[in-house]
Amino acid sequence: MSLFEHLSIAFDSIRANPVRTFLTTLGVLIGVFSVILLVGLGDAVRAYVLETFAGVGSNLLQINAGRQETRGFRPSSGTTKNKLTMRDVEVLERRGFMLDGVSPIVLGSGELRVAELRRNVIVIGVGPRYVDLRNLEMGRGRFIDEDDVDHFRRSVVIGQTIVQELFGDKASPLGQTIYIASTPFRVVGVTKKKGKTFGFDMDDLAFVPATSAQDLFDVETVTHILARAKDRNTVDPAIAEVKDVLADARGGEADFTVFSQDDMMDMVNNIMGTLTFFLGAIASISLLVGGIGIMNIMLVSVKERTREIGVRRAVGARWADILLQFLVEAVVVSLIGGLLGLGLGFVTIRIVAYFQPDLPVALSLSNVAMAIGFSLAVGVLSGVFPALRAADLDPVDALRYE
Amino acid sequence: MSTPVIALSGASRVYEMGAERIEALRGVDLEVASGEFLAIVGPSGSGKSTLMNVIGCLDRPTGGAYAIDGIDVRDLDDDALADLRNKKIGFVFQSFNLLPRQTAIDNVSLPLRYAGVSRRERRRAAEAALARVDLADRMDHRPDQLSGGQKQRVAIARALVTNPSLLLADEPTGALDQKTGNEIIALFERLNADAGVTVLIVTHDREVAQKTKRTITIVDGRIASDEANVEVSA
Repeated sequence: MSLFEHLSIAFDSIRANPVRTFLTTLGVLIGVFSVILLVGLGDAVRAYVLETFAGVGSNLLQINAGRQETRGFRPSSGTTKNKLTMRDVEVLERRGFMLDGVSPIVLGSGELRVAELRRNVIVIGVGPRYVDLRNLEMGRGRFIDEDDVDHFRRSVVIGQTIVQELFGDKASPLGQTIYIASTPFRVVGVTKKKGKTFGFDMDDLAFVPATSAQDLFDVETVTHILARAKDRNTVDPAIAEVKDVLADARGGEADFTVFSQDDMMDMVNNIMGTLTFFLGAIASISLLVGGIGIMNIMLVSVKERTREIGVRRAVGARWADILLQFLVEAVVVSLIGGLLGLGLGFVTIRIVAYFQPDLPVALSLSNVAMAIGFSLAVGVLSGVFPALRAADLDPVDALRYE
Repeated sequence: MSTPVIALSGASRVYEMGAERIEALRGVDLEVASGEFLAIVGPSGSGKSTLMNVIGCLDRPTGGAYAIDGIDVRDLDDDALADLRNKKIGFVFQSFNLLPRQTAIDNVSLPLRYAGVSRRERRRAAEAALARVDLADRMDHRPDQLSGGQKQRVAIARALVTNPSLLLADEPTGALDQKTGNEIIALFERLNADAGVTVLIVTHDREVAQKTKRTITIVDGRIASDEANVEVSA
């Protein structure tokens, strides 16, 4: 008997019990739907994070104080004994031939005040190269320059949000004075609008010369150092060079750690991959439950149709014909559930994409294949046992069954 | 002399249930030639159901030999037995055993599906079989839209559709009233007389058996009598 015949018999049976079939498919429908949705969302968030990381600049290195032999990127440890200083930045600028720019970063926060308006913002002490290392674009004025850093100038570059909040729609903030923690700073530039990254407003930042930031926060160290390799292929030699040069300058002690952007991306990838995997695993539990539902209904169906099985055997159905009849029915039911779940997942993803246009959420071909594969597998696994039970019935007993 | 449709020699069927041994058939010798119209009668527990299952290739004798159309069933595996049922035997049951959600024509086509016959050919053969039982106008009715007699005629059409060597009917009138039962027996008679179909009716009803040409009585797993019926009248 051909597979087509078995399919046709399965559809006869499904047509005979449409409500029951639909209820049976619900388990698989919900299972496939949740797998599709959660895995799809996980992938989308990962893609979004990686895209954002790429937007931060390319081929970047970050040098943190303190040594770490293990893999993985961690924020710099604040309590490290030997901290990084401006001297380390100068050494790298002078001797880092593989590097295409170095900038100190002195992180802090402070109260900005213009007249009677106050706002707490993150203040970042930087060098002049920071602007191109991080792909920042200037809207008006200029960025912090070498003179600012060398002469500890009270210059500040602010983002659009700060402009909006502190100056409103008044005339240009350029040349105006902002008090940062009671110290007057002159606005020399405004960055172009960058929007939010990970929900963090990139236009709510104030940049000051690293040296002035050290004064402001009363520190002698830098939080970390940002550097850039010349291109993709020189990232590894650049890391080696940074290690050599810095260790040499610090008396042979390599008490710092160099991370590349790839390390950070790897970490994000790993975290998101694990997250997606667990989401998928949790969703798979509902698939399992769906499979058990199909098995249960198929067992009932075999019992109910014992006589039908006997008649089919009497008129010439072989063992394998009965086996396939029930197996194909289970697979078809499961597949219908899977396809419905896929459709529902597709619609939901479109809705999510509509309300979250930033999130690159999409139904990938591999997820479609996965959904179909899962529902096929669930159908086969849940159908085998009932189908064997049906096929193993003795024709004489089956015909006598009341 | 042509090959008999049924050739049982010393056929026995023993059921082993734990320590218990039940001998349902104790050495049955029986030959039925092509074109016969006969009945097997016997009280319940006499072994007539077992004999019918053996003749219908649903079961195999545990001793002795059985050949249908000269084919010895002892050498056949489960699949070959299924094929033999499909080609050689048409079953008619007491409770019709039609597939409830399918039309008459789909029910009649069922054996042809397992024979691997094409859809078009199936339809043609099923229509012809339904015409033979005077149900050409009920082809697209489902069993719940048919009377008991009509259902049994659909079942007979299903049994005829493969042109089997043997029509094996198990209490075919058991679920029908007297009049309809008589009509069904008359239909068997006609099929036998006009088309030479070999018909074997298994029944506990002597009156039904009397309408065939030969009555075999089974008692206690053995053939107690095998006699020709004198007069057949409707």
